[in-house]
Amino acid sequence: MRQHHDMGGLPAGPVARQEHDYALWEKRVDALMMLLSQRQLLRVDELRRNIEALAPDAYDTMSYYERWISAITQTLLQRGVLTSDELGRAMAEIEAREAGR
Amino acid sequence: MSSDVHTHDPAHDHRHGHAHPPHAEAPERLSYYQVMEIAVRELLIAKSVFAAEDVRRAVEAMDARDPAQGARVVARAWTDPAFRARLLADGTAAVRELGYEMATFRLLVVENTAKLHNLIVCTLCSCYPRMLLGLPPDWYKSRAYRSRAVREPRAVLKEFGTVLGDDVELRVHDSTADMRYLVLPERPAGTEGWSEERLAALVGRDCMIGVTRCHV
Repeated sequence: MRQHHDMGGLPAGPVARQEHDYALWEKRVDALMMLLSQRQLLRVDELRRNIEALAPDAYDTMSYYERWISAITQTLLQRGVLTSDELGRAMAEIEAREAGR
Repeated sequence: MSSDVHTHDPAHDHRHGHAHPPHAEAPERLSYYQVMEIAVRELLIAKSVFAAEDVRRAVEAMDARDPAQGARVVARAWTDPAFRARLLADGTAAVRELGYEMATFRLLVVENTAKLHNLIVCTLCSCYPRMLLGLPPDWYKSRAYRSRAVREPRAVLKEFGTVLGDDVELRVHDSTADMRYLVLPERPAGTEGWSEERLAALVGRDCMIGVTRCHV
């Protein structure tokens, strides 16, 4: 069966000639991917597999680098580089830190 | 956003139908995925996987890549027939002569002529010759472009203002993670004797993707 990301040849509307300057956080996500690849902690196939495993509605509503950071994080969890506990704690701390600014 | 939702396997919350507000609607607040980026980066720095300096340098290197690099390759090919031949035979090795490393990717250069036009796409994701063109524009990654570039490429080209005659063959190249394409556009008429620098200034990103042609 055709998967959601495999959209070549399907009907679609006009190409919206949209562009934006990448935000710093998006460039950092890209940097994470490159640094982790160089250190053999992430293969492009893993990134792809974890992007392609996103539920169709998530795939469509998440922005490009949101899909990437989600897939990078998933790969690191799968490889045991990070645990979901430490990630959850770190994210809660950052949210608290930001809320207190 | 309550943090308890995210303590178990935060990367998979999207499977639980849990919607996150898009970044644009809350400019002062960090989005869920921005928080995730910070958390992952800080944890990896704490674990000495890399240093903060490495991230900064990687971002700088990314900022330094733009279509001017691809344009330099094209202008060299237009002015140096031997280089052009090497570029078409082995893109990866030829661009290395100009100091551009393709990392783990193989570069394939496809040449436009009066009778042949090439267009590149990545139907499955967003593979792009980023070492030579920088990060891809949003539309390259869009559903519409990815779906239609292989179904009705002439209609897509028309939307970019490129109308091909019926006698022009059109080849669409679907990129992969390991194989990246670059279009070598046709050199515009009336540029005989131009310097490489002057020619390079004519070569925009879109004509190296193949959605447009180069014009004087």
